[in-house]
Amino acid sequence: MHIEISLQDGVPIYRQIVNQVKYLIASRQLDPDEELPPIRALAEQLLVTPNTIVKAYGALEAEGIVYKRRGAGTYVAEVTSRLARKEQKKILAQRADALLAEAKQLSFTFEEVMELLQSRQDVLNKVLSKENSDVG
Amino acid sequence: MSDKVIEVRDLSRRFGTTLALDGIRLEVQPGLVYGLVGANGAGKTTLIKHLLGLLRAKQGTVKVFGLDPAQHPVEVLQRIGYLSEERDLPEWMRIDELMRYTRAFHPNWDQAYGLELLELFGLDPAKKVKHLSKGMRAQAGLIAVVSHRPDLLLLDEPSTGLDAVVRRDILNAIVRTVADDGRTAIFSSHLLDEVEQMSDHVFMVDGGKLVLEGSLDEIKESHHLLVLRFPRACERLPPIEGVLSAEGSGNTWKVVCNGAAGQVREAAQAMGGEVTLSRGASLQEIFVARVGRDRLKASQE
Repeated sequence: MHIEISLQDGVPIYRQIVNQVKYLIASRQLDPDEELPPIRALAEQLLVTPNTIVKAYGALEAEGIVYKRRGAGTYVAEVTSRLARKEQKKILAQRADALLAEAKQLSFTFEEVMELLQSRQDVLNKVLSKENSDVG
Repeated sequence: MSDKVIEVRDLSRRFGTTLALDGIRLEVQPGLVYGLVGANGAGKTTLIKHLLGLLRAKQGTVKVFGLDPAQHPVEVLQRIGYLSEERDLPEWMRIDELMRYTRAFHPNWDQAYGLELLELFGLDPAKKVKHLSKGMRAQAGLIAVVSHRPDLLLLDEPSTGLDAVVRRDILNAIVRTVADDGRTAIFSSHLLDEVEQMSDHVFMVDGGKLVLEGSLDEIKESHHLLVLRFPRACERLPPIEGVLSAEGSGNTWKVVCNGAAGQVREAAQAMGGEVTLSRGASLQEIFVARVGRDRLKASQE
């Protein structure tokens, strides 16, 4: 399980782990019923105090995203497809926020941003149809 | 009488005219990793020496496992694994002799664990301490202090001067100490990134005083970094309540505040300024704000 800790943005480390596990599930890099690394193993990998992993797994469990088996490990829960969509939306929303903030900084109106999105979509469509016809 | 690992009450210590420790009160609970941070000369090592019973508390009290370490050194030190920055080891001993020697002081020495680490580090047991590189010395010292599975692992600047590989070995020893059966670790470090990653709880000392302590998550959630931009340049930032430190010049200032981000934003706006960046502060930034040159003395209270 690939997780990266950042100390730059002031987000508590357990929060970063929770968010990244959700992201890994949302982007299908973790499957339902897949086992998460044991606490000590992940603590050694990330070089964080084991209690941070305990806290992160606890928060994920409280949200119903993972479940624990008695005496065994921590596993990704089944009920994640709806959540996955929600998380995917959240990821996109963050991108959208960044785009809107930058547009404001550069004094673009919202309508201009929408026009830009539409024109990029047209370009993307053209590229895709060309690729398809090349294959065909 | 209690399950606290350490209980320090109103500990002060004076060396000549210098007040090295000034009314320290702290508690250490089992199962957590504690980071001890402070500038050079802040009092970290003096505090650690009191915990080991190397200095007797003259003013205030020190209890480790419920005992005064200066009066009960055997009982207390048997349960502590202590590695100092100097890693002073007997130069003439071979590594296996060092292990045998250390083992004699610790009835619950775990030889299998010691040998496992020896192999993991790739150390030659027949090699003499004086022929070891700096990193190997640290590794040998680490084996000597963790193989009796101490209830309290106490590391004073363990990472100083070591490469990333050996630093990782040391941090992993902390992880194992705490993960395996809920024992306790305290480490002091000037590498604040390391402390931020590894600690559950932080003690920040400055001028012999405990200036900040708490769970690291709470500390990080309560401290914010804001960048303020004003229409006109000013030589120094006008006082704003809640601001711990200010760094910058002209019309752009970077401030760190404790729990009062909204208040600082309003104050800045009242002066015609705006907040161009707001995020949580890192431990490094909090440390500089609390003990660095740019702190604002008036708003420390």
